[in-house]
Amino acid sequence: MTSPKTMTIAKAINESLRTSLETDPKVLVMGEDVGKLGGVFRVTDGLQKDFGEERVIDTPLAESGIVGTAIGLALRGYRPVVEIQFDGFVFPAYDQIVTQLAKMHARALGKVKLPVVIRIPYGGGIGAVEHHSESPEALFAHVPGLKVVSPATPSDAYWMMRQATECDDPVIFFEPKRRYWDKGEVDTAAVPAPLHRARIAREGTDLTLAAYGPMVKTCLEAAAAAEEEGHSLEVLDLRSMSPIDFDTLQASVEKTRRLVVVHEAPVFLGTGAEVAARITERCFYHLEAPVLRVGGFHAPYPPARLEEDYLPNLDRVLDAVDRALAF
Amino acid sequence: MSVKSTAARSSRGGAKRRGGAGRKPELVQLLTPEGERVEHSEYSIDLTPEELRGLYRDMVFTRRFDGEAVTLQRQGELGLWASLLGQEAAQIGSGRATRPDDYVFPTYREHGVAWTRGVDPLNLLGMFRGVNNGGWDPNLNNFHLYTIVIGSQALHATGYAMGVAKDGADSAVIAYFGDGASSQGDVAEAFTFAAVYNAPVVFFCQNNQWAISEPTERQTRVPIYQRAAGFGFPGVRVDGNDVLAVLAVTRAALEHARSGEGPMLVEAFTYRMGAHTTSDDATRYRLDEETEEWAAKDPIARLKAYLANEGLADETFFAEVEAESDALAKRVREGVRAMPNPEPMAIFDNIYADGHALVDEERAQFAAYQASFEGSEEGAAR
Ligand SMILES: Cc1ncc(C[n+]2csc(CCOP(=O)(O)OP(=O)(O)O)c2C)c(N)n1
Ligand SMILES: [Mg+2]
Repeated sequence: MTSPKTMTIAKAINESLRTSLETDPKVLVMGEDVGKLGGVFRVTDGLQKDFGEERVIDTPLAESGIVGTAIGLALRGYRPVVEIQFDGFVFPAYDQIVTQLAKMHARALGKVKLPVVIRIPYGGGIGAVEHHSESPEALFAHVPGLKVVSPATPSDAYWMMRQATECDDPVIFFEPKRRYWDKGEVDTAAVPAPLHRARIAREGTDLTLAAYGPMVKTCLEAAAAAEEEGHSLEVLDLRSMSPIDFDTLQASVEKTRRLVVVHEAPVFLGTGAEVAARITERCFYHLEAPVLRVGGFHAPYPPARLEEDYLPNLDRVLDAVDRALAF
Repeated sequence: MSVKSTAARSSRGGAKRRGGAGRKPELVQLLTPEGERVEHSEYSIDLTPEELRGLYRDMVFTRRFDGEAVTLQRQGELGLWASLLGQEAAQIGSGRATRPDDYVFPTYREHGVAWTRGVDPLNLLGMFRGVNNGGWDPNLNNFHLYTIVIGSQALHATGYAMGVAKDGADSAVIAYFGDGASSQGDVAEAFTFAAVYNAPVVFFCQNNQWAISEPTERQTRVPIYQRAAGFGFPGVRVDGNDVLAVLAVTRAALEHARSGEGPMLVEAFTYRMGAHTTSDDATRYRLDEETEEWAAKDPIARLKAYLANEGLADETFFAEVEAESDALAKRVREGVRAMPNPEPMAIFDNIYADGHALVDEERAQFAAYQASFEGSEEGAAR
């Protein structure tokens, strides 16, 4: 038994991939610059050196090619974990993901499995040029046949990546890139929670903040600030956007009677819209206020010098909290 | 280059790889790395001393401006910069081959081409500073916005060229892209469309040997210019560090397009002397020795040697160019530092040409939210 270690989210994913490569000879890591460079965020650092070019594969610069060939490799019995370099570059592969990857198991009457993991560093906050800060998770959660998850802590990064790699369905794995260097404890001997189970990140009684990925930290900070003003907020880390753990969410909202959903992605037709609709259905008589959403605007992700204004932050979250509490 | 040797090279593990520098290049050259004029059977050029000096000036200015941008990034004035160091001849030679009515579709590294089109260098810096996502009117200089999503612009260029042909105009279009981009489906589709519609477009591939950390061998088994043959149009490889050859070949390719002969692919064989961008560390994946080899083929040094040896320029001229480039660098430095941050409400500008109710609603909500902080220090500090 190894004792828990402190590491960053980036390192936790690296360790997770390493364990999968060690334990399952069918696992492959593929993507642009994942080899010698170790990926532009160094998430695959050292893997090619230790597992060779046959298993940690630098691919040609073609996302449709990466996902399309990952599908073929999966049909042949491999378990590819592919990296899309940045959120904005997944779209050349969107056709393969939506029309092929998501539907193939059903079309083959369950006779073939598509254990493909697509890793996507996503979200803003790093001062990048355009196409490097987007949150397209709803575009994938909307597609039947795909599972969509996003960790918020190093421990979840490690375990959820392990579970995604062992999952027999395609998993879109969104990595909160601005939190890559956040540290936390990882216990590689622990028994992890199920992949699609939500996690109570902080207990509270007056209102539930639901978030995932990069916004969990923002919500925890908001809850700490609200405590000073005398409000007890519960923070729920959804972890999975498809499926969503509505049972855990419902239990929380039945207790707190108020819900604010936070994500970086545009609010319009986003994950928060689905959460609001379902929770309104399930908890109509418990709710003291309408479910509110905090997120991006119906606007292209702005240039870096405006991203602080665009992204949900402490103030924007607390503004919604105040409005919900005032109902 | 044989298929066998490529396969052997690409499967080699362990040590850092070499880019395409080890290949035997079969390319059009008019000026050797030592600065000697040589002739080519198909491509020739005859420039006045003034034109030659102009190309030199363009390259020095471009390099100076590019170096200044790297410094500005280090100083925190820019978020990122993609340096063109080493690719000055490929860009100045091809850019100077275009006519004002031609249309250029760049990647994110075409600072030298932008210069030849009359785009103010300061405009290029706005996007890298993070004050806009493009920032210039493409129609002012027939120079489209920088495109970051690899390969997309090859299709836009092709479509634009199809429009030019429909209009019966004799303009040409030039699409820039890299060796990495040559793998993208969009680029292959652009080749297909351009070929079947005989579109007046020149595909200008700067093979700088690297796509971030991946050498050209990761993208192709044949030299890139040879791909054109399979699509049914000519391809040619030119010494991308030889500004005279690039100018001659690109002129011919644009002329080919203009005269109704359809598309052509030019592969400019060059080298990315710097890291991929200021965020990259090239020492992780490539050998210093390779960079040194290419330094000996420097595009500016060879033209300078030629100008000096032939008595086409003297020390006064070189000193003048130096002084002018210092002045340009100063203007850029001061201009960038003075560049204002955009107003937060600009988030909602120009999203639709005809307006949109949801944008209007969110704009109003955001304005009210912003206003709620006015006069409240507590709120702003929270
Ligand atoms: C569709 C897409 N995928 C990935 C990237 C990330 N990326 C940016 S530049 C680059 C390498 C490009 O290489 P090349 O085409 O040779 O151009 P160069 O940078 O060498 O000028 C990559 C992979 C991107 N911008 N767009
Ligand atoms: Mg390149």
